[in-house]
Amino acid sequence: MNVDPKQWVARHVAALPKSGIRDFFELVAKMKGQDVISLGVGEPDFVTPWHVREAAIYALERGKTYYTSNLGMIELRRAIADYVGEHFKVGYRPEDQIIVTVGVSEAIDLALRAFCNPGDKVMYHQPCYVSYHPSIALTHAVGVEVPTYAKDNFALTAESLRAAWQPGCKVLMLNLPCNPTGGTCSLEQLEKIAEFCREKDLLVLSDEIYSELTFDGVHTSIATFPGMAERTIFLHGFSKAFAMTGWRIGYACGPAVLIDAMMKVHQYTMLCASIVAQEAALEALLRGWDSVCKMREQYHRRRDLVVRRFNEIGLECHSPRGSFYAFPSVKPIGVTEKEFAVGLLEKEKVAVVPGTAFGVNGTGHVRACFATGYDQLITACDRMERFVAGVRKP
Amino acid sequence: MNPVLKLLLEGGSLSTAQMAQVAGLSVAEVEQHLEQLKKDKIFLGWRPVLDLSREAAAAAAVRAVIEVRVTPERGGGFSRLAERLAKFDEVESCYLMSGAYDLLVFVNGSSLQKVAGFVSEKLSTLDGVLSTSTHFMLRAYKEGGFLIEQNEVEGQRLTVAP
Repeated sequence: MNVDPKQWVARHVAALPKSGIRDFFELVAKMKGQDVISLGVGEPDFVTPWHVREAAIYALERGKTYYTSNLGMIELRRAIADYVGEHFKVGYRPEDQIIVTVGVSEAIDLALRAFCNPGDKVMYHQPCYVSYHPSIALTHAVGVEVPTYAKDNFALTAESLRAAWQPGCKVLMLNLPCNPTGGTCSLEQLEKIAEFCREKDLLVLSDEIYSELTFDGVHTSIATFPGMAERTIFLHGFSKAFAMTGWRIGYACGPAVLIDAMMKVHQYTMLCASIVAQEAALEALLRGWDSVCKMREQYHRRRDLVVRRFNEIGLECHSPRGSFYAFPSVKPIGVTEKEFAVGLLEKEKVAVVPGTAFGVNGTGHVRACFATGYDQLITACDRMERFVAGVRKP
Repeated sequence: MNPVLKLLLEGGSLSTAQMAQVAGLSVAEVEQHLEQLKKDKIFLGWRPVLDLSREAAAAAAVRAVIEVRVTPERGGGFSRLAERLAKFDEVESCYLMSGAYDLLVFVNGSSLQKVAGFVSEKLSTLDGVLSTSTHFMLRAYKEGGFLIEQNEVEGQRLTVAP
């Protein structure tokens, strides 16, 4: 009997597009061993600070190999409550308003599954992190895109939010500072967005994973505006600021009823995050702030370096207020983002990601991650300069 | 803070051209800053960090740390003797310490005999030196901020990731 295994793949999963990042990854993988400098990554180049790694080893030595509470170790939740209170000025009870998850990615999945009925509409700004739309689709909810524009430095505006809104919208996903654009919102815009959320009774999933990497001004969480904490799930984690991507630890904070709903999904699917990683995260919160500040300073200077060089080369590049991504426009040199990325990779062995991997408004842009050492960054900029000079239409 | 000094404090592994790019200055400006730091005697000079256990670097392969007890002098304290001691080429660093001894001296040489000879003939015979205690270094695990020969699996990030 001829079996077609495809028939067993669920329709909504089969319908998910393959990540544009994946395609590009394959292309770069083929060039292994060819001195490729990659600005295509989405993680810090720093290894997790040693004291954090050492704390995990110590935890293993002491036999910390068990499950933890579904919500995560209470010591870690207490430390998270202190940290979020101090740095974001929002108070959460460690006992029932915080859940520790396997990265922010799981927290997003939990939230969408806990809050969306089939057909509910979820708004998200675009270009955005690659998982947002698929996560919405997997819950049988409907994604509603809110475009952001280069002219606003890809900051989300209340006007475009209002223009995109339609009846049935229930959730708004925010990612500020934003991967891939580095976009953030001014305080005034954020206030207007908060007002809009209250007006339309929206629940906000606020992914603030890049907040510590804010270089200009101060990061403000939307949860701090009046009437917002009760309609916001604050999502954060350790991957970026503490250089802990592979540990997979994130957390969600919010009203107890909502955290409890997320916990239900979590307890039946994940049970709990790895105890060793939780121990490491606890160490990071208790004693890791100096490392965060040092790394931020490095990213800050790297940002200034690449943004300056990109503009000198002739790529239009706004200075991202946060994150470790520059999102320059390749339009001035008369090529598409794909032509640019593929040409740059093949001719000059520098990998950047075409902006369209993150949404249609990334057209004409590429994402360049500056979480790479100075010498590599400088060489990459030199190579890009050579490439642009060769491509530019006279 | 002087932007060049800031980069130097972070490990100073960048060339002047690289420093210029990172700090957003011209190469000439970086050199000016370096000159000023030298004039102010904050920046004393460059030196490489080598793994001296490698045969190629054997010229300074033997290193010792010497604890020196000395008699302080009226007026000069420990400084006159310490400064005299520090002038020997064999002495790489020399510090005044709190605790059971007074000076800690880092010495290197091409052979055990040479270092031992320096201690017995030059160092311990100085007026004011009460006693010395010499410890030879057997192996380095970290040198000037660099880890030596540890198999860290760093640089294994995926080349493209979301």
